[in-house]
Parts: sequence; C-alpha cells; structure tokens
Amino acid sequence: MSPKLGETPSQTVGPYYSMRLGGEGQNVIPVPAEGGQRITITGKVFDGDRNHVEDALLEFWQANPGGRYNHPDDTRELDLDPRFSGFARAMSDFKTGTYRLETVKPGRVPDLEGAFQAPHISVVVQARGMLDPVFTRIYFSDEEEANHDDLILRRVPEARRGTLVAELEPGSDPAIYWFDIRFQGEDETVFFDF
Amino acid sequence: MTEPLIRHYGPKAYSDHPPFRYPDYKSTVKRSPTHDLLSIVATLSETTGPGPIWSDISEEDADLTLNAGTGSPAIGERIIVTGHVLDENGNGVPGTILEIWQANACGRYAHWRETAFPAPLDPNFLGVGQCRTNETGEYRFTTIKPGPYPWGNHPNAWRPAHIHFSVLGPALLTRLVTQMYFEGDPLFPLDPIYNSAPEHSRERMVAHYDHDVTEENWALGYRFDIVLRGELSMLEELDES
Ligand SMILES: [Fe+3]
Repeated sequence: MSPKLGETPSQTVGPYYSMRLGGEGQNVIPVPAEGGQRITITGKVFDGDRNHVEDALLEFWQANPGGRYNHPDDTRELDLDPRFSGFARAMSDFKTGTYRLETVKPGRVPDLEGAFQAPHISVVVQARGMLDPVFTRIYFSDEEEANHDDLILRRVPEARRGTLVAELEPGSDPAIYWFDIRFQGEDETVFFDF
Repeated sequence: MTEPLIRHYGPKAYSDHPPFRYPDYKSTVKRSPTHDLLSIVATLSETTGPGPIWSDISEEDADLTLNAGTGSPAIGERIIVTGHVLDENGNGVPGTILEIWQANACGRYAHWRETAFPAPLDPNFLGVGQCRTNETGEYRFTTIKPGPYPWGNHPNAWRPAHIHFSVLGPALLTRLVTQMYFEGDPLFPLDPIYNSAPEHSRERMVAHYDHDVTEENWALGYRFDIVLRGELSMLEELDES
C-alpha cells in the first residue's frame, strides 16, 4: 500500500471571510421546480460565556423536498431541479448575532440500514476563534415520529438530543424554526465526527 | 439506479489538524466544544456535499490583480499561485471550488471591520477570487503577494503573510478552510495560528517558490498543493471491517 499524503491542516476563517463567503443572498435556497415547503431557520450561535458569536459562518447542506441530493453520487431517479443546489451560507448578524436561512424542508434520505433518516440539514460552523470547523445537524420538532426512528439521533444520549432539534414557532406560516448553537455549557450542541 | 453511491472515506486525521482549544490563540478558549465529538458512520448526507454543484454554477474569477474591474491593475508584487487539490491517495480532485480572500500588498483587508491598522487601501484590489480545479485537480490564481498585518491577540502580534483558502471538495466530510503561507516567513515562530497546527503538518500550509511557475517579465510563481480526505482502498476497507 502506498503511503498516504497527509491532510492539509485546517485554519480559522478569521474575521474577514465575509469578503468571499456568506455574502448577500447566499442564505437563500429557492423553492425548486418540484415544489416544497418553504421554511425559515433562525437563531444564534453562543460562546462559552453565553455571549452571541458575532461573526459565525454557518454552511448548510440538504436534500431537496423529495429527499435527493444534488450530487453525482445520488443517482436515484427522483425529481431534482438542477438549479436546486441544496447549499447555503448564513452569517450571524454582527450586532444581534442572529443568522437566518431561508430554504425548503428537506425530504428523507436513506440511512445505512435500508431505511430512511429523519429530515435534516447538515451544518458546518466556523468562526474567528475556531481553528477547525464543527459539524452538526438540524432536525425538526414537528417530525417526532421520524426523529424517533432516526439512527443517528438514536446514537445521541437522550439528554442531548434536543440540541439537534429546531423548534417550530407555533402558528408561523411559512414555518419558522428556531435553532441555536452552543459551543459550551450544559446544553452544548452535539457535534459529530464522521 | 435505486441506490445511491455511498463512498467509504478513511477517518479524519485529527492529529494533523489544530486542536479546537489552543489557548495561545485566545479566542479559541470560548469557541471550542468541551464534549467529545459524537462519532457516527458517514451517511449519504456526509459523503455528498456542495462542491460539485457549487463548482458547476460558479464563475471563474482567478485574477485578483484585475478583478476589481477598475481597469487598472492592483499594486504590489504580482504572483502566480498554483497547485493541485489531491486526496490522501494522491489522486487529483477535479471540480473542486477554491474561494480565496487576502490582505493587499500593505497587509490591509478591504473589509469594514479593519479599522485599526493604518495601512492604505488599494482601490484596484478587492482581495477575493475563486476558481475550480481542472480534470487533473489543478488550479491557478494570479494575485498580489499579501503583506503581514497586526492583530490583537497579544502585544505586537503580527500575522505572517497568508491567503485564506476555502475548499469545497467532493463531500461534506472533505470540507476544509485553511491558510496558505509563504516559505521563509520570519513571523512563523511567533504566530499562534500557524503554530496551532501540529509541528509535523504545519509545513503543508506553506507555499514554495517555483521557478518553473515564474513567468518571465511578469510574475513570480508559488506552488501550493492541498490534500483532502480520500476514499479507502479496497484493502483498507477489509482492514476496517
Ligand atoms: Fe487573514
């Protein structure tokens, strides 16, 4: 076996990433041709002192409403609008700390045991003061049954599962979900290694 | 096909990357997780990612000396930065999107948050660009060599000259943001961000002067390869199982 090349180390995005990443309009995934439920996900990122992180960069990756990723490896014959990227970036507001993602609710994608995962959005969080990205997932509070059966949520200690579930704002239409990310503390968000 | 392709990647080499918490870089202390990461087997959600589609829909914008669109070139030492995006197995990674941002020749970022450092802005330099790797995984930027700049981490702190690289490869799990440095920078021993990477892997972030890249009467050439996580070989897969 030939020796592996070593991975290039990660470095912080620093305070100036918004020159290139996360600019105007990147926080919107339009409703694709195949339709779907328009949703907003919003919240804040908090540091270990419970101050909001004023310069977090969140990246989102999701399947379309039919549960297909716009990626060459997802070869399933499900409708997919080629203009649906499934990718967005949102920055926390420098003053308020609030980020906002406007997208469509993702469908269910296969898990590794022949069933389907609960609807979720993958999230990459970076900021000044973070040398490496952290990876988490957004699940939805109104998908109780699917969440209950989700193999990955089941691996999360019950007491921490709530950190991965976005709360539906009662009566909101289009739906608004609240999802905060906490780097530290008793209710620290679950971050994944994969 | 009714089943998607779920690729098998090797584990992330955490020992090649900085720790989350690195007190010499002060802001990491409150911005790092304290729990262990929760290990999961990557699903389709992690083995796919936005790289290919983002690469498809993004315009090439790889000449930072001209992309301010003013009609006048940026001021500074014109350089070419080129190299390959590779996976751990040494294969080029085509269709990778690279987004870069950097300070100008004086070490000044064209960003509203930069107010403390009294270095001039260059109206002909934005300091941002993007390009895609070709079918062999190769990329190429033309830019200005950025200057070092001060920051507030500790007294008389200066960052070595660097270019920020965002790399969207084939999968969510290959996501990488790094910084490219220039060989021989005297600020290396003093910079906690550079030194946050383990000693054995720091050098991988350093671009080297390459006279074969240098263009006569035009620009100096630097070579910088980027290595992302790669798929397991069949043998390794057997080992894993
Ligand atoms: Fe910088």
